Amino acid sequence: MNTTKDLDAIFAALADPTRRAILTRLAEGEASVMELAQPFAMSQPAVSKHLRVLERAGLISRGRDAQRRPCRIKAEPLTEATAWLEGIRQVWESNFQRLDTLLDELKAEQKKRSRTKR
Amino acid sequence: MNDTASLQVSTPTDREIVMTRIFDAPRNLVFDAFTRPELLKRWFGPRGWSLVVCEVDLRVGGGFRFVLRGPGGQDLGMRGVYQEITSPERSVHTESFDDYPGESVVTTTLVEQGDKTLLTATILYPSREVRDMVIQSGMQHGAAQSYDKLAELLAGGH
Repeated sequence: MNTTKDLDAIFAALADPTRRAILTRLAEGEASVMELAQPFAMSQPAVSKHLRVLERAGLISRGRDAQRRPCRIKAEPLTEATAWLEGIRQVWESNFQRLDTLLDELKAEQKKRSRTKR
Repeated sequence: MNDTASLQVSTPTDREIVMTRIFDAPRNLVFDAFTRPELLKRWFGPRGWSLVVCEVDLRVGGGFRFVLRGPGGQDLGMRGVYQEITSPERSVHTESFDDYPGESVVTTTLVEQGDKTLLTATILYPSREVRDMVIQSGMQHGAAQSYDKLAELLAGGH
């Protein structure tokens, strides 16, 4: 179970679009720093910096192979961060479903009014 | 198109929550539903709660005042001030709760997509701590499907 501090690190890591793109790439399979740097048109040190943030947040792990040190995504913390947002989503979705019903009624009323006008 | 109609929630920066949702209605109706008291009373609030006070002074510098009453008779008050109104496409308002510290800023945009309307509500919290507190209670309550104490989650979106 993550502590709030861990979650802070996860959300901070996920706040950056490049890091989210790196995670999306790693979701397809492991990759080296060089392989990751290529599509992002970034220097390897710049990518390494992002990887350190992701590693500290526990979102990726690095292989031991000294030459290549392939990066892998770690799914568990991501699932937890997603679950937090899912809670909010459920509450509001139920709220918005009632709004859907209201909007349907308003649309019907509007239609009726424009018919009577004619 | 049902996939796109469901609500998406994300955290683009460490002080924000962004919600997007498509409504199958023209933009002016969605805008009315978010700003007219007689309509807000018909949908706003977690399940089991009703909007017993709903006052809206829809002009820049004007305020709103909501009181939500829960199933156990408990009241939860919230208020805010409109900072920007471009009817029916955009509004910015502050928002705070009687019983909770801190003020958030809610930016709502409505974009027409054919006969439908895309809502984007961006809630900017005073700090990451406040935002994470809201997210945390969202998980506890949302996952349990209990809507009794959820009014604090209404920090935004209205």
